[in-house]
Amino acid sequence: MKFEYKVQGGNFSKAGYASSDLKKILKQLNVNPAIIKRVVVALYEAEVNIVAHAYNGTITIDIDDKQVRIVLEDQGPGIPSIEQAMQKGFSTASPHVREMGFGAGMGLPNIKKNADVMNITSKVNVGTTVEIINYI
Amino acid sequence: MKINELIEKTNLKQFGTADINRDFEGGYASDLLSDVMGNAKEKNVWITMQTHKNVVAVASLKDIAAIVFSNGNTPESDTIEAANEEDVILLGTTKGTYEICGEIYQIAK
Ligand SMILES: Nc1ncnc2c1ncn2[C@@H]1O[C@H](COP(=O)(O)OP(=O)(O)OP(=O)(O)O)[C@@H](O)[C@H]1O
Ligand SMILES: [Mg+2]
Repeated sequence: MKFEYKVQGGNFSKAGYASSDLKKILKQLNVNPAIIKRVVVALYEAEVNIVAHAYNGTITIDIDDKQVRIVLEDQGPGIPSIEQAMQKGFSTASPHVREMGFGAGMGLPNIKKNADVMNITSKVNVGTTVEIINYI
Repeated sequence: MKINELIEKTNLKQFGTADINRDFEGGYASDLLSDVMGNAKEKNVWITMQTHKNVVAVASLKDIAAIVFSNGNTPESDTIEAANEEDVILLGTTKGTYEICGEIYQIAK
């Protein structure tokens, strides 16, 4: 099964839409609830990162009998140092975004913790691609 | 323990229409959403001062039993709308975070 979602940078009112939808789909497929929890946390953080840090993006979700594979590809400022971005507490979030309670610098570490496989590639001034795989 | 008992014992106010006959276990207090995503547990009560709509998505994704807005904070109208749709319980108190956490901890332990 394949699903696709569009994500708009800056539009916090829709943030989490794809995550909620995927949660419902995985429930219907009777995936183990503990695995659903991990997938949903990882996707939510990656989805919000597009909203908070990029201009727009596309989420592609591929589900088969072995795994959920999610690819989030955005057009945006990119990440100059992925190593630094992965550190707990590192954030470049704007004051407005921080006021909303985002910008703790915990999103990428949360993805790392909850994904079975996580890959990030990024090009400054072009965009970022995050791949998340969870085995089901 | 049930949310409706907690409401009665700590004098919480409900916003929206979600069914309050629901179990909870313990709680988590934080105003940082990714901290809640990473560390709150299913069925926790979540005490926060964040009142915008995104708290509903977080609560729903994490199967949080109820959100409690402390310090007299009240949810925005689109937060209440989203919570009604997602069946997320929204509660409020004029007590500060420290005080309400203490009360809930005593009751729920
Ligand atoms: N899609 C992205 N495009 C551009 N920069 C990004 C993207 N995702 C993450 N980053 C950069 O990596 C940093 C760390 O991301 P992370 O998700 O860990 O924290 P945060 O988004 O700042 O805060 P939190 O996720 O805790 O709300 C961000 O502040 C930002 O600088
Ligand atoms: Mg983030």
